[in-house]
Amino acid sequence: MVTYNSTPVVKSPRISRLVEHLFAKMPEIEAARAELITESYQQTEGLPVIIRKARALEHMLNNLPIIIRPEELIVGSTTLAPRGCQTYPEFSYEWLEAEFDTVERRSADPFYISEDTKQRLLKANAYWKGKTTSELATSYMAPETLRAMKHNFFTPGNYFYNGVGHVTVQYDQVLSLGLRGIKEKAGKEMEQCQFGDADYSTKMRFLEAVVMSCDAVIAYANRYAVLAEEMAGREQNAERRQELMTIAGICKKVPEYPAEGFQEACQSFWFIQQVLQIESSGHSISPGRFDQYMYPYYEKDRQAGILTREYAQELIDCIWVKLNDLNKCRDAASAEGFAGYSLFQNLIVGGQTPDGRDATNDLSFMCIDASHHVFLPQPSLSIRVWNGSSKELLLRAAELTRTGIGLPAYYNDEVIIPALINRGISLDDARGYNIIGCVEPQVPGKTDGWHDAAFFNMCRPLEMVFSNGYDAGELASIQTGDVESFQTFEEFYQAYEKQMNYNISLLVNADNAIDVAHAKLCPLPFLSCLVDDCMKKGTSVQEGGAVYNFTGPQGFGIANVADSLYTVKKLVFEEKKVTMGELKRALSMNFGKGFDEITAREIALQVGQEMAAQGQEVTEAVIAATIQQVLTMEIPEAEKRRYQEILDLIDDLPKFGNDLDEVDSLAREAAYVYTRPLQQYKNPRGGIFHAGLYPVSANVPLGAQTGATPDGRLAHTPVADGVSPSSGKDVNGPTAACNSVARLDHSIASNGTLFNMKMHPTAMSGQKGLENFVSLIRGYFDQKGMHMQFNVVDRQTLLDAQKNPEKYSGLVVRVAGYSALFTTLSKSLQDDIIRRTEQAVNR
Amino acid sequence: MNVSGRIFDIQRYSIHDGAGIRTIIFLKGCALRCRWCCNPESQSFEIEPMMVQGRRKIMGRDITVMEVMQTVKRDMPYYSRSEGGLTLSGGECLLQPEFARALLKAAKDIGINTAIESMGFASYETIEGILPYLDTYLMDIKHMNPQKHALFTGKENTLMLENARKIAASGLTQLIIRVPVVPGFNETPEEIRAIAEFAASLPGVEQIHLLPYHSYGRGKYEGLGREYPMGDTEPPSFEHMQRLKETVELHTRLYCQIGG
Repeated sequence: MVTYNSTPVVKSPRISRLVEHLFAKMPEIEAARAELITESYQQTEGLPVIIRKARALEHMLNNLPIIIRPEELIVGSTTLAPRGCQTYPEFSYEWLEAEFDTVERRSADPFYISEDTKQRLLKANAYWKGKTTSELATSYMAPETLRAMKHNFFTPGNYFYNGVGHVTVQYDQVLSLGLRGIKEKAGKEMEQCQFGDADYSTKMRFLEAVVMSCDAVIAYANRYAVLAEEMAGREQNAERRQELMTIAGICKKVPEYPAEGFQEACQSFWFIQQVLQIESSGHSISPGRFDQYMYPYYEKDRQAGILTREYAQELIDCIWVKLNDLNKCRDAASAEGFAGYSLFQNLIVGGQTPDGRDATNDLSFMCIDASHHVFLPQPSLSIRVWNGSSKELLLRAAELTRTGIGLPAYYNDEVIIPALINRGISLDDARGYNIIGCVEPQVPGKTDGWHDAAFFNMCRPLEMVFSNGYDAGELASIQTGDVESFQTFEEFYQAYEKQMNYNISLLVNADNAIDVAHAKLCPLPFLSCLVDDCMKKGTSVQEGGAVYNFTGPQGFGIANVADSLYTVKKLVFEEKKVTMGELKRALSMNFGKGFDEITAREIALQVGQEMAAQGQEVTEAVIAATIQQVLTMEIPEAEKRRYQEILDLIDDLPKFGNDLDEVDSLAREAAYVYTRPLQQYKNPRGGIFHAGLYPVSANVPLGAQTGATPDGRLAHTPVADGVSPSSGKDVNGPTAACNSVARLDHSIASNGTLFNMKMHPTAMSGQKGLENFVSLIRGYFDQKGMHMQFNVVDRQTLLDAQKNPEKYSGLVVRVAGYSALFTTLSKSLQDDIIRRTEQAVNR
Repeated sequence: MNVSGRIFDIQRYSIHDGAGIRTIIFLKGCALRCRWCCNPESQSFEIEPMMVQGRRKIMGRDITVMEVMQTVKRDMPYYSRSEGGLTLSGGECLLQPEFARALLKAAKDIGINTAIESMGFASYETIEGILPYLDTYLMDIKHMNPQKHALFTGKENTLMLENARKIAASGLTQLIIRVPVVPGFNETPEEIRAIAEFAASLPGVEQIHLLPYHSYGRGKYEGLGREYPMGDTEPPSFEHMQRLKETVELHTRLYCQIGG
């Protein structure tokens, strides 16, 4: 029975002003947090690490400068400057010091940093030399792993340099029990501890740290109460004065006590969301099923007649603005991979209740409308779709998609729930899933998913088949034999599997080393008290306290690998139109299309290695001279012509993404080459590895580290994103692309898959356009696709935005698992988005 | 299933020709030579080369019903979610009546919704043969004046109008009237009104679609080495289309939409 009210309410004028204030200036780096955690750590040396973490949180929350921005209804800011960021030297800091002079001018996600801040950070950072998680992780890694990372087979940069994040905590518990209730739970656990228990010391210390952290958060909220009161005292405008008094009252009460009304619930939620991102630098701290856990408070106030839908919407909109106030500065390379100032706070609506009924309620609609009102990239709004979904909700979501904001992303319950059950998750828990970050499904409040554990470039092992394990003049992987000696496609394929298996094992080695480093140096007491079963187990999330533990590194480049394998199969082995030697040479010569400096250097190093093997001396000068030779080298005309012929032959072959069984089946197999071996590995928290197939936006920078591939892709151009077809290669329209992508096995990629589709606005015009759009998603989902997202902008708009960024500062596009402001992206990523096939209307 | 015919394109995810998400089969060959035709490669029944983005492509291929249906069936999940299906277009699909009939029947046999986009240039016996397998007939009526019709399309409209009356009277299919609105040919309110009033006189007809002329076909004429007959004709303005829609709505009971 449908009981929701879906009528939209008008946007409050306050919201536009809050947004304007937020984006008035370039975001800024602040030094307060780095100084405070350093001060605290200097005072707590020798204490258990979990206590040190709690004391540090307390010190930060007591002393970070606080601010209530003009007209805010929901308060709590991590930085004085809007959209500013703090730094987290306990994880890593060298990269920031190295980028002090460039961070303001870099193309992806620039940040302002003052000279004073630089000096303060240098002083604080000095303490952390030799004490960071990244240094400890490095020391745990095998030499082969470090070598593989150097050669860009994979990059675990995310958790290597930052906190883990990627979690959804029990917001519902804080709302219903208050932190006081959480402390009581800790107290009860303490009472159970016996002096003779093997884990007495660690469990007691952990629980003490929990209590200390909860007290620190309560005190932090009270600081806002005092500030609001002070501001109210000075406020001339009577209406605002009343608002500030209300805020003061609420901050005295929550999150310490249970929330009673809707505004209290909103504020309580916000403090938790904000403090988690002070405690650690991990991103993708995802609010999850906001429409579900907030609903009781909304419903109660509505029943009591003390909450208008207008005010409820305004509060939700205010939270949406605040979600964009949080920010994070990443190193330049990661900023390219996660471009768009995104914190990936994924918030999901709709889906099913734990007992399998449709979960749509008023707030599901209001969340979609909030994204419409605020029109900013955060939260990463998602919607769960199942066979019993409210059509009205899907149409409302489609309307939001049509605006071109790139939100929401659509997720298929009918695939995700069984995929999670297959990983040992109970039916009720699986039905309650939410999405973390980009596309990663998991159970809220019970999971440490380590999603986003690394980017694994599936094209690199393929290159190693051709080079027999050599890269840039040195052995970088295992040797699988001279590629020209292979007599059958099966031999070639087996060599690829071997290269993959070897590098997957190194990827696991890297992730596990980092995992251990976080457990040893950065257990997080506050986060852990809001994830089951940490308190019962008496151990932090980082040490394996969660009910469900996973590690989910994401592979990408499936389309390139599938099309490449097909090229080798058809042209070399079946039709024999190109010899393996010719193909190998064409790849190393970038199909005669010229070399950039990276390739020239690689070739020079290769030449150097051959010279060294012949006993010649190879100096840097020799290499430099060779690079020059390569760059100015004239390829003979006949050779060039042959490369072009090969490219044309490749071009004429069927490609993944066109609903063609033979090549699509190969894509399915190619995905298994990554997803199947991975799930055999275990992590130090007692969980397993499982694969994701999505790229965030790393397909561009990591493509830049990949040579030419047999699918005709030129050296250092982007690789295909997620499970999407290669850019511009899907020519049979959206349904054909959907069918191809659905032919992959999404259920085994239980850490999420990502299918990007770009839509021309006219393809969605009118009510009929919306309905057909929803039908397209449902048709894809009927065939067991997992996820789908859309960019709805025309090519002209994007080209114009590149030329005149000032005219398009508000243009939001879907990048990968998230949306970002188009003009803040790097040129190469902008180009990639423009290239993605535009699924325009026919004729 | 072994009947074969000649087509020049299959377009999937078509959302503007009939209900829902559809697959359109473009049959090759037409009896008319409409000056504004945006698919000039559809006109001749002969297989012919056309330059497309600098590459020579062969337009037209012979294909069996079974082969066409293999492609059509691939989008079943989308038809069932959207109440979409198969649409035959052209050219004039009725010029290959056996092939058209076999395609429509093959679709109906497996529960796929069917439509044709046609101006009805065929004997009524031919049309009668396909009606049992046809859910929607999107019928082009371009002008009410036979001479003007002949001047711009090469044929008079008598047969088509006669067929329209008979199709409507049969009650066997949903008949929708479509009018290409072409500047210099039929874009006055009076001319559109005349077509709309005729359409409204047909029993069972409830919808009329006004399709504004566009020049996207220009490049194809170049690709075929032909001169573009419409020259620099500008598409009708949005405001003008609105005015025509209002005219239709003022003078008839029909639901009128702009675009397919």
